[in-house]
Amino acid sequence: MSVIVYAESHDGTFNKKAFEVVTYARKTADLLDTDCIALCHGADSPEQLGIYGAQKVVTLESDALEQFDAKTYTAAIAKAVEQLGGDTVILQHSANGKSIIGGLAAKLNCGSVSAVNQLPTNDSGFEVVKPVFSGKAFAKYSISSDQRVLSLMGNSIPPEEMGSEDVDVESLSLDLDAPKTKVVKVDKVKGEIPLPEAEIVVSAGRGMKGPDNWDIIEELADELGATTACSRPVADSGWRPHHEHVGQTGIAISPSLYLAIGISGAIQHLAGVNNSDTIVVINKDPEAPFFKAADYGVVADLFDVVPRLTEAIKRFKAS
Amino acid sequence: MNILVCVSKTPETTAKITFTSDNSEFNTNGVNFIMNPYDEWYALVRAIELKEQFGGEVTIVNVGPSENDSVIRKGLAIGADKAVRINAEPKSALETAHHIANFAKEGSFDAVFLGKETIDYNGSEVSAMVAELLDLPFVSFASKLEMEEESKAIITRDIEGGTEVIEVAPPFCISSAKGLAEQKIPNMRGIMMAKRKPLDVVEPDEVSAPLEVKEFSLPPEKGEVTLIDPEDMDELVRLLHEEAKVI
Ligand SMILES: Cc1cc2nc3c(=O)[nH]c(=O)nc-3n(C[C@H](O)[C@H](O)[C@H](O)COP(=O)(O)OP(=O)(O)OC[C@H]3O[C@@H](n4cnc5c(N)ncnc54)[C@H](O)[C@@H]3O)c2cc1C
Ligand SMILES: Nc1ncnc2c1ncn2[C@@H]1O[C@H](COP(=O)(O)O)[C@@H](O)[C@H]1O
Repeated sequence: MSVIVYAESHDGTFNKKAFEVVTYARKTADLLDTDCIALCHGADSPEQLGIYGAQKVVTLESDALEQFDAKTYTAAIAKAVEQLGGDTVILQHSANGKSIIGGLAAKLNCGSVSAVNQLPTNDSGFEVVKPVFSGKAFAKYSISSDQRVLSLMGNSIPPEEMGSEDVDVESLSLDLDAPKTKVVKVDKVKGEIPLPEAEIVVSAGRGMKGPDNWDIIEELADELGATTACSRPVADSGWRPHHEHVGQTGIAISPSLYLAIGISGAIQHLAGVNNSDTIVVINKDPEAPFFKAADYGVVADLFDVVPRLTEAIKRFKAS
Repeated sequence: MNILVCVSKTPETTAKITFTSDNSEFNTNGVNFIMNPYDEWYALVRAIELKEQFGGEVTIVNVGPSENDSVIRKGLAIGADKAVRINAEPKSALETAHHIANFAKEGSFDAVFLGKETIDYNGSEVSAMVAELLDLPFVSFASKLEMEEESKAIITRDIEGGTEVIEVAPPFCISSAKGLAEQKIPNMRGIMMAKRKPLDVVEPDEVSAPLEVKEFSLPPEKGEVTLIDPEDMDELVRLLHEEAKVI
């Protein structure tokens, strides 16, 4: 039985998260002593998945997959798993992956663990760890069913070049029911990397005093190639758009670098960002709780120090 | 419009997370529990608004032990018409979903509303499972839902870096995200009325658990923060580059 991974492409291209999940699947397959088959749909270069470890790539073909419909994608993956013979299915923990994992587990009637962030072990049954309580703890799950579905949290393992583009690519035509939902419009924020995918996030809170002061945050973010985020009260008072709100009740992110500026570090805020690799906190109050969760801290007035940090980054890039 | 709202109980957001001595269970000692915010603030409130628009009934369902009744009563105080508690303590999302689906099959609901995730196990799994088991169209992360007529819903779905607008006809199932409604605080009248609204307890069908939690652990303590001289931002940049290797 193979490990089957579904790699998402958007407008024909895979992003880093797709390569991460393929690497994770290949390592899981190595652990289980089996092969790794990658599924995709609508990708311009499906063979790229071979580079990151897929030993075979299967493109799913059906008119019903032209738009995203959770149940149609679930049915498509379930059919592919059945035809290709898979016992372990791995998805990305993305908006679409999260919409599929539960339905797929119900269809296959098997155990599922979402948002895993470490490789599984198979010494005493199939076990895998995920963060719970919004990152405040970890739980190790033991799955007893014959099949299992996992979704991988972004930025948990780096993509590794474990193979080559010289991989078998097959297409699989699927007979699927037409979707019962209809996507009538898609609105994407232009230019910026979406928050859940950003490597670097510059985030600001109530310490900014008001919506008109965000220039210094945007300049810093531009210089770093970062995406901007904010605390909940900032989004709630309309200083910043809602899609920037991170935390327990907003978006949970795990970038490699999170810069928190004028944010106190309330437990609900930390819950959404504590899986970041490196945290930098800028706050004028040395007692701000965020410093306890930070790797680097600057105790200073943000209005002085943020422009200086931007200048320092410019100098670094020039050198 | 008859809507089923699935509500779960979670520890308060500031709860201290500890485990029993062998790390096999969450230590509930001294922990306050609340209704999962996505279920309360968004799913339930929007369901009540739709009922006010079209008539019909809002039923809430919870899978859990009798300690959950206070959370369920809060849902009735906010404005649900009746409640059902399925008397089971599931170990997995799939068991929870089977219990909900078994109950929902008996009723005739035009929509099933769930939250986008529970803030304790952060699963984001139950909603899609319920949709699959009931064979209903499913729209996840609904941050807006408008119905001009009872036969069609227009739903905004949050995706990475944007939104999608989706049309679907009842019966359907959604998972609710921020924006779907505004939090509603129950008033005195609601609290009084809730006492007289029905809260039925049903015994569950047998369903098997495909997985269990073996062990909990706490994240390793963060080391001390390295403080940087505010006058020397070049030093911060150097550390981010050379030590943290993130830029
Ligand atoms: C159920 C629930 C869910 C919640 N979910 C979330 C969530 O998802 N995300 C979230 O963010 N919050 C959430 N909150 C709110 C959270 O508890 C905090 O209230 C919020 O995070 C505080 O935002 P803040 O840090 O921007 O503001 P504050 O707490 O007001 O902090 C502002 C900080 O800026 C600093 N500051 C001020 N001026 C300057 C200056 N000139 N230079 C440098 N520093 C300065 C101050 O020292 C202070 O530390 C939730 C709350 C509840 C009850
Ligand atoms: N025990 C439960 N009883 C009723 N509904 C639940 C229960 N657990 C989860 N749900 C619903 O499923 C949603 C998603 O939960 P989860 O998949 O655990 O993140 C929640 O927001 C609730 O609407």
